[in-house]
Amino acid sequence: MKNIFQIIYITILLLVGTYQVNAEEKIDLLKVDWSFKGLFGKFDRSSLQRGYQVYSEVCSGCHSMKYLSYRNLSEKGGPEFSVAEATAIAANYEVTDGPNSDGEMFLRPAKPSDKFVKPYDNIKAAQAANGGAYPPDMSVLIKARSGGANYIYSVLLGYEDPPIGVTIDDGVYYNKYMYGNNIKMSKPLIEDAVEYSDGTKATEEQMAKDVTTFLMWAAEPHLEARHKMGFKAILYLIILTILVYFSMKKIWSRVESEV
Amino acid sequence: MSDHEYVPKSKFGKWFNDRLPLLSLASHLTDYPTPKNLNYWWTFGGILTFCLITQIVTGLTLAMHYIAHADLAFESVEHIMRDVNYGWLIRYIHANGASMFFLAVYIHIFRSLFYGSYKSPREIIWIIGIMIYLLMMAAAFMGYVLPWGQMSFWGATVITNLFSAIPLVGVGIVEWLWGGYSVDNPTLTRFFTLHYLIPFLILGLVVLHIWALHVPGNNNPIGIDVKKPSKDTVPFHPYIVIKDAFALLMFMIVFAFFVFYSPNILGHADNYIEANPMVTPAHIVPEWYLLPFYAILRSVPDKLMGVVAMLSAILILAALPWLDTSKIRSAVFRPLYKQFYWILVVDVLILGYVGAMPAEGLYLLVARVATAYYFIHFLIILPILGFKEKTIPLPLTITEPVLGGFPDPIAVKKNESLN
Repeated sequence: MKNIFQIIYITILLLVGTYQVNAEEKIDLLKVDWSFKGLFGKFDRSSLQRGYQVYSEVCSGCHSMKYLSYRNLSEKGGPEFSVAEATAIAANYEVTDGPNSDGEMFLRPAKPSDKFVKPYDNIKAAQAANGGAYPPDMSVLIKARSGGANYIYSVLLGYEDPPIGVTIDDGVYYNKYMYGNNIKMSKPLIEDAVEYSDGTKATEEQMAKDVTTFLMWAAEPHLEARHKMGFKAILYLIILTILVYFSMKKIWSRVESEV
Repeated sequence: MSDHEYVPKSKFGKWFNDRLPLLSLASHLTDYPTPKNLNYWWTFGGILTFCLITQIVTGLTLAMHYIAHADLAFESVEHIMRDVNYGWLIRYIHANGASMFFLAVYIHIFRSLFYGSYKSPREIIWIIGIMIYLLMMAAAFMGYVLPWGQMSFWGATVITNLFSAIPLVGVGIVEWLWGGYSVDNPTLTRFFTLHYLIPFLILGLVVLHIWALHVPGNNNPIGIDVKKPSKDTVPFHPYIVIKDAFALLMFMIVFAFFVFYSPNILGHADNYIEANPMVTPAHIVPEWYLLPFYAILRSVPDKLMGVVAMLSAILILAALPWLDTSKIRSAVFRPLYKQFYWILVVDVLILGYVGAMPAEGLYLLVARVATAYYFIHFLIILPILGFKEKTIPLPLTITEPVLGGFPDPIAVKKNESLN
């Protein structure tokens, strides 16, 4: 009995350990006490709304989020804008629709059911506008980088002058936390780059934290539902396990007394 | 097999059972005499059945929403994660279920190694088990390709390229596997087809595995033959059923922690980047459960010999009933084998660890030593040990050790000398 717990525990540690070593994070990333971590982790609603503002005013010029729709902004567990607000946000963008009855494509304001409008028509256009580098789609970016939210947060704040002796090409920037330390994106967050409507001071750290929270939600839109269900499921399993344990003891007591 | 002939009580039951003996089968399964000293390591057979069924059910559901096309696969997985009702739950159960399946199968295999369950008369059960394990690896590998992320694409490229090591026909075989000149849409669609097929082949083999098991009956921690049915056995239902249920529930708690609280920890971040044939990831690493074999593959400098070594590492297991020359099954009565057993466990864990590391410097050296030891264990140590080892005398029945919980070899020895 004890053995089985120990072995399961050790195996899990080993698996996780191997992967963490494998991630090769040589520099310690900046750590934030994210509200979405832990058994009851939830998103900070106002941080998500501010994060969307940072995304739309700063990031969305270059980065697409092709798997998100405007309706997601008003869905439960997300930034939870009202349906009217999400509709108004969508209406700021234009999408190509059609063909109409004349066989022509036409532009119309976006609806909540439309996907986030991309800044560039295709990857080539994005590369041409960004010195050959393709600004990655940000829909699942947090999950696509080992280190996750802490990594993205760190990169956003990791811009500094290159150390003495390190030369850097034109159009490339030095970033302490980026893999290889070279990044083609110029420092995106500058103090007061956005004006938060809720009066929060738009420091670099604040904006980085808000937009990272927003990206975490974008990558895991059902995170809150998952945590809630997980707690219930595991509680249920534990209670059932205890009941089955006593049933087992009862049933086996017949045998042991017989021996 | 139960010794008594089952006769249904009702007239219809008898009529039906004479034509299709399903009721006899059910009666056999519930009455099946099982050694009563089975410990918790024996619960993993039931757990594995649960894993297989879980994978099939979640897999069927995912297949209803997944699109096997190079341009749409990644997007369709995101569609499942975002817009399909509880799609995230189904996918995370399926993805982590693969890891849990392998965790359970490794425990199951190492239990068999410890208690000598592969020995006569259970060789066929063991060989069917190895076939199941091989199919599991194939299914897992192809399943990992389906989301069409970077690791999917490059993992598929690396593994299929292994076949190019075969002299003369290698390149032809690889192109035949790909259905083209690189991993592309035809590769994805055939992998999807095979990924859908293999679990049902596994299911068929599992039936044979259990059928073959029910002929001699279960091995047990003492490893001696048990008279069935007797005072040493209990009917499968309710005794083993309730014990398996308890162990399964504990397993499900661990499973649930992964699914609900760290669903991506066992995967690789790069697989959330859509496949891009123009960009190679810095490290191409397989899933954790294939790492020991990946380490063996890379520890041999020659590509062909590396592939041969990797395949031999698995196939050598099929010859185990004949490589192990000892007549004593359980390691409890084999003091030397017991030590070598634990060295092998550590050796495999080391192989898994270096398999995740870059194949260079110290890692490569360790991988080579560990690979060599792996083969030495099976090809040299086991055959010799059977002749040289002084084993502890076996008890006559399992009843005695059951009283004191786990058998105390010294007490058994004393009893034996008194006799």
